[in-house]
Amino acid sequence: MNRRDFIQIAGLSTGAFMLPGFANGRTVSPEALLEPGLDVAVKKRLADAALNAAKSKGATYADVRIGRYLNQFVITREDKVQNIVNTESYGVGIRVIANGCWGFAAVADAKSDVQIAKAAEDAVAIAKANSKLMKQPVELAPQKGFGEVSWKAPIKKNAFEVPVKEKVELLLGVNDAAMKNGANYVNSILFMVNEQKYFASTDGSYIDQDIHRMWPNFTVTAIDPASGKFQTRNALSSPMGMGYDYLQVNPKDKVTGVTTRYNMGYDMLEDITAGAQQAKMKLSAKSVEAGKYDLILDPSHLWLTIHESVGHPLELDRVLGYEANFAGTSFATLDKWQSKNFKYGSDKVTLIADKTQVGSLGAVGWDDEGVNTKKWDLVKDGVLVNYQAIRDQAKIIGEKESHGCCYADSWSSVQFQRMANVSLASGKTPLSVEDMIKDVKKGIYIIGDGSFSIDQQRYNFQFGGQLFYEIKDGKIVGMLKDVAYQSNTQEFWNSCVQVCDDRDYRLGGSFFDGKGQPSQSSAVSHGSSTARFAGVNVINTARKI
Amino acid sequence: MAVLSKEEAKQIIDKVLAFSKADETSANLDGSRTGNIRYARNSVSTSGETTNLSLSVTSVFGKKSGTATINEFDDKSLEKTVRRAEEIAKLAPENPEYVGMLGQQNYLDIKSFAASTDAINPDFRAEAAFKSIDPCSKKDLTAAGYWEDSTGFTAIGNTKGLFGYNAATSVDFSITVRTNDGLGSGYAVRDVNDVSKLDVALATEVAIQKAQASSKARALEPGKYTVILEPTAAVDLLRNMMGSMDGRNADEGRSFLGKKGGGTRLGEKLFDERVNIYSDPQNLEIPGSPFGGGGGRFGGGGGGGGSDGRAQEKVVWVENGVVKNMYYSRYWAEKKGVKAIPPPSGFIFAGGNESLAEMIKGTEKGILVTRLWYIRAVDPQTLLYTGLTRDGTFYIENGVIKYPVKNFRFNESPVIMLNNLEAAGKPMRQGGNLVPPLKIRDFTFTSLSDAV
Repeated sequence: MNRRDFIQIAGLSTGAFMLPGFANGRTVSPEALLEPGLDVAVKKRLADAALNAAKSKGATYADVRIGRYLNQFVITREDKVQNIVNTESYGVGIRVIANGCWGFAAVADAKSDVQIAKAAEDAVAIAKANSKLMKQPVELAPQKGFGEVSWKAPIKKNAFEVPVKEKVELLLGVNDAAMKNGANYVNSILFMVNEQKYFASTDGSYIDQDIHRMWPNFTVTAIDPASGKFQTRNALSSPMGMGYDYLQVNPKDKVTGVTTRYNMGYDMLEDITAGAQQAKMKLSAKSVEAGKYDLILDPSHLWLTIHESVGHPLELDRVLGYEANFAGTSFATLDKWQSKNFKYGSDKVTLIADKTQVGSLGAVGWDDEGVNTKKWDLVKDGVLVNYQAIRDQAKIIGEKESHGCCYADSWSSVQFQRMANVSLASGKTPLSVEDMIKDVKKGIYIIGDGSFSIDQQRYNFQFGGQLFYEIKDGKIVGMLKDVAYQSNTQEFWNSCVQVCDDRDYRLGGSFFDGKGQPSQSSAVSHGSSTARFAGVNVINTARKI
Repeated sequence: MAVLSKEEAKQIIDKVLAFSKADETSANLDGSRTGNIRYARNSVSTSGETTNLSLSVTSVFGKKSGTATINEFDDKSLEKTVRRAEEIAKLAPENPEYVGMLGQQNYLDIKSFAASTDAINPDFRAEAAFKSIDPCSKKDLTAAGYWEDSTGFTAIGNTKGLFGYNAATSVDFSITVRTNDGLGSGYAVRDVNDVSKLDVALATEVAIQKAQASSKARALEPGKYTVILEPTAAVDLLRNMMGSMDGRNADEGRSFLGKKGGGTRLGEKLFDERVNIYSDPQNLEIPGSPFGGGGGRFGGGGGGGGSDGRAQEKVVWVENGVVKNMYYSRYWAEKKGVKAIPPPSGFIFAGGNESLAEMIKGTEKGILVTRLWYIRAVDPQTLLYTGLTRDGTFYIENGVIKYPVKNFRFNESPVIMLNNLEAAGKPMRQGGNLVPPLKIRDFTFTSLSDAV
């Protein structure tokens, strides 16, 4: 399923890239999502069957992933339930190195040693066939085995335990609030994911992991029939590495101000009430005058700019050219990193990769090639210091071990380098958003993510948003519309003059970061506090047709 | 065996429907074998093959529906799946927009299956990759490419007597060639049903020439330019526009086809009078699917998943610049009393006979655009899109390509673009559509990009 199909199902206009694992999944009853998967002892037996078969056929390395992927979507519009979908996908993927070359084979619904051993043998045969076209043998960074270990996302409430009826009532309730507050139309969705992954490798690891993700989202539309104009406002929620507890509202998770935003708990009813009113306000908002502005970017917006202009260009496989035919390459070439003085951003800018952050989409105990996860600097005080690399790339950048950011979106997909959570470090000196705004003469405060586009080497980008507020002489003076900003990655991050302190730190993220051919999606979070960028070029996007 | 014959498929579907105890039951049986090979840095990085055969059963009681899926086909499994779909349906909330299943339809005969493609094996793919990598290696260039072929079938049936079957094959091939100094990049993309119509070496040669010719690009000031969009560039904006022709969104006033004061712009002249867009599932160059309506290539069907069984027909979408048709869900069409036209599986933009070379020759000043990239909607009201040029952008003066230029970011609407149409050349197949190179005046470039 591609993004367009997802949007058709969900009736949403933004906020997604691709739906993972859905096409492979079979439709099941909601109760099936709570059934236990295979017992860990059975998984170990199956894994050993694969590893032994691979080794006996001449593999010098093998790993096996036994994956069960569960999804639930509850989709509504106005007073109607449009769809409730529950899917389950189970299978085994085996990756080997033979003759110095990778080989991969996967088998659906495999529950017998014989089936799995056969797939392992197929993987070895493919590796040997591919080795004829090989230029350089694969060299893996060393990795110790961890024995039999497990990791569980620290969720408080498994979303699949909540009855569908309760979820439907929540969505129809928020839809009703939207309609009562001026929306002409409303689409809303709850999207819940559980990945049950078992990994084993010839390094001696047997890793059992349980990962949960949750995303409540909506789009409200307000129409002015007289002018034929319409405006939308999407949810200010974020997809999170959490269970249903993300919908348990706690006052400490709310950030008040010009509109309420959310941290580790999301009040959907409150947000949609404000959203419906704001969509209506946008109809009569002032159209922006193009020019240079200081931008104050809220974390609900800035995550996407970080994702596109930092996360992607610092993926080592892109830098090396492995994604040249699709996602593209990177401006952040090895010589810039080797110089040790490439100013990616101003000295206010420190960007951190992290696969351990609690509540984030990228958090796991071990990655999909059995490497324990960690946290490392990509940009330190403005200077490019590192990339994101996996086991067969670590050597290229002089690392002794992988960064632990290897991922496959399904048992049937080959694991490869994927983005870690990449986040902007908060400012070291105390600074609130209010104090930041006080200093701005001519600026725009942007909240929520909107339209996004960036070139294939990640230089030139353009971003929209959900809510735009004009700042004049240190004060918010009203709402704007038709706003998009264009900049160049290095110029933009060097224009970062202030970052608020960690009281304002929040996560944003994507469920559907797409990469690879055939395309795979991964979920990733990006945190920041509100940040200020000086003199950024803003265009007016209004047109007449 | 992933690809079943019509008779084999019908036998399974009939068996499933015989187990039904619901008011209505439909079955959707899909089978395919898909193979791919991917390469980068002049070396194969991954390759694989997957087969799939899966049955999806939807049971309906009143306005409640439930779906269950299975990939085992013994009688016991089939019956279990029907029962599970019925259980899910009984527990489902009522869908007030549910419309009863269709009876037997008259499907067009469509030739979308080619034995040549069905016969592709891993050696064939490796040979294709070699044909593409080898000329690049020899010229000290770097190739990255992707090949995916598929052979498969879809069969649909329901308890109201509907049955349909279609077998189809496809190949998608794309290649990016870069100069080793990183200053030049070229691209070519092809898609066919019949692999004997695909010349990998020729497509690679196009990408090679563009890579070599695009090296050392000069910067031009952003602004409004006459452009020639090659079909690979034009298709993306046109596809986005075709994906926005849903009748319900227009009626609801949240579409570029919504009208001031209410109603839609159906029947209005929105484009230059030389704009003619239609779909024809029997077109031999882009054979489509005999049935659609479950999302289709352009969505709009809603509900997600397989076809609702509506027969695809030839449809005129834009005639002489006038919007002639929109597509509908069956629910909305019934409510509005209009024909429930499903979204098409591909579209044809009628062009002329002029080749790309002739169009360049007839251009005094302009920009030749190979490809557009990272296109995203900026304003759904006006269909304003942003994105960038990529892999070969050139300045044309007095009928010849003078020099390569740096890539631009554009902010443009296909609606405005098709009002500024200067000429349309000879259409070629692009992603299952037929699209000509388009010469457009006043195309809006808003900034420069350093990307190669």
